Amino acid sequence: MTTAMARAARWTIRPAAAQSLGGLILGRLIQALIVALVVGVVGFAMLESLPGDAAYRIAAGRYGHDMVSAAAAEQVRAELGLDRPSWVRLLAWVGHLLTFDLGQTAVTGERVVDAIAHQLGHSVLLAALAVGLALLIATPIGVMAGLNPGGLFDRITGVAAILLRATPAFLLGVVLILLIAVRMRAAPAAGHAHGASAFLPALTLGLVLASVLTRVIRNAVVRTVSSEAFQFARHKGLSTGAALWRHGARNAAAPVVAYLGVQTALLLEGVVVVESVFAWPGIGHALTHAVFERDVTMLQGTALALGLSFVLLSFLIDLACRAIDPRTRG
Amino acid sequence: MTAPGMTTGVGPITLGGMRPGRVIGLVGAGVIVALTITGPDLVGYDPARQNLRAVLAPPGTAGHLLGTDHLGRDMAARILGGAQLTLGLAALAVGTAAAFGVSLGMLAGWRGGWTDRLLGAFADGVLALPGLLLVMLLAAIRPDSWWTLYAGLSLTLWVEFFRVARQRARVLTAGEAVQAAELLGLGRWHIVRRHLWPDLAQQVLTLAAFGGATVVTALATLGFISVGLRPPTPEWGVMMSELLPSWRSAPWAIAAPILALATTVLCLRLIAGEETEA
Repeated sequence: MTTAMARAARWTIRPAAAQSLGGLILGRLIQALIVALVVGVVGFAMLESLPGDAAYRIAAGRYGHDMVSAAAAEQVRAELGLDRPSWVRLLAWVGHLLTFDLGQTAVTGERVVDAIAHQLGHSVLLAALAVGLALLIATPIGVMAGLNPGGLFDRITGVAAILLRATPAFLLGVVLILLIAVRMRAAPAAGHAHGASAFLPALTLGLVLASVLTRVIRNAVVRTVSSEAFQFARHKGLSTGAALWRHGARNAAAPVVAYLGVQTALLLEGVVVVESVFAWPGIGHALTHAVFERDVTMLQGTALALGLSFVLLSFLIDLACRAIDPRTRG
Repeated sequence: MTAPGMTTGVGPITLGGMRPGRVIGLVGAGVIVALTITGPDLVGYDPARQNLRAVLAPPGTAGHLLGTDHLGRDMAARILGGAQLTLGLAALAVGTAAAFGVSLGMLAGWRGGWTDRLLGAFADGVLALPGLLLVMLLAAIRPDSWWTLYAGLSLTLWVEFFRVARQRARVLTAGEAVQAAELLGLGRWHIVRRHLWPDLAQQVLTLAAFGGATVVTALATLGFISVGLRPPTPEWGVMMSELLPSWRSAPWAIAAPILALATTVLCLRLIAGEETEA
């Protein structure tokens, strides 16, 4: 039990239970500040640790290794202000951040804000599809398993959930590529050509989320069905479905939304991994590329966007928990 | 919660008081650890040695138990080499995280006040970003570095041990048993050993198994999306990304790291138990 509590508490700054709205907002603001600080410091630690002269490296990235000259490097140095001490550049970055200016990507010269705005749309689409698919898969299975706990269906789906949850997201993606896209030629394996290309990445992420969600819904249904209110509703003549809807939906929704809150971290990590596996042009893919290419401004921009989405999502889940469960309103 | 049917699992059968899932997990993990300790010596090949005349050989050819990869390296040796790397990192990262997490958690729960607040704020700070993201950012500072991955994973894992230890220590040190021991003049070490640790041990094992699964998954994930360790290191995720292009001509080659990774994570998660138990 304590393990479950520890895991539930793991990804929230403070438990939403009995906390004032002001305290909630303050906690999330502090979290957002920590995210910005971590991202800023990591970016500069990265710049400092890179071997050789950054100006030459960026010039090579822009113009190709054969075209780098001392003049080109000096131009880059002047343009990006690389000759200033690192703490000045850290402060400059934070200053720019306050005006939502994240600079240009070191490699292509595109404005980071534009690149991120473009990628964020793709990522939000993928995440929304995945959550939708997860609910679509988990709700009927969870309800059916929960109505007959200990039954055959419950046991089979229980074992399936354990097996699925133990499969890393990228591995699930690889297996789906090999099974569906390549063997059956049913869906595009990677890339972003048309609508169908969203299917495999969304399914991968959706299955990862659904594995645990099924059990959360199932446990909530078991608890509801054994409650007195539900038994009374059945005795007074309501059908199982009607009784479940009247007495179960809200009671079951509280742990489900709370669990979705725990899964925001899983969702964001999943977005990064699944986008990279399927070459989905979202923000996680961009982050992986920035890490690989050591593009510091792009890395800071994408990590910041992902980190702040995490804070925002957690906050929205806090609000949803308060709306559903009146006990959490302090 | 002891409502009927709340404990999910295969059934009410328990072996020596343990869930059957945990027994299966422990047995499987035991086999994996034994194979890992023996390492590539077991098959008699060097995981880095190439043989371009025997590329993508099927299992069983010329003494290659699991065949060879696209550079003619022995797959069995590479799987076992990868196991040493992966499980070694998992054991060290989880060990470090548990040692720091449990001792700092006990300290925070026992002392309270500013110690508790400062350590709690640090733990919250680590949780400000999803764990894998933090590890990726640290890996960006120094790519292809075992030490960066070790530091990043330990940093994200210690918080969970810290939270559990702090919460239990808070309850236990306010209880009668510890109060009595303090009045009897028994030392702090005695209280830790006789009152705090026995209560925590079971949960620490569960958290350690979860943490191990997290480390194994994270290492392979980062390797596969080429932001973790890099070729030619025999690491399961790296091996999968190397062998994915030749899956059609040599499906057995990519199946080996997939199965190794899936079995290891499954065994660790079976030891840990279900996340949703509440």
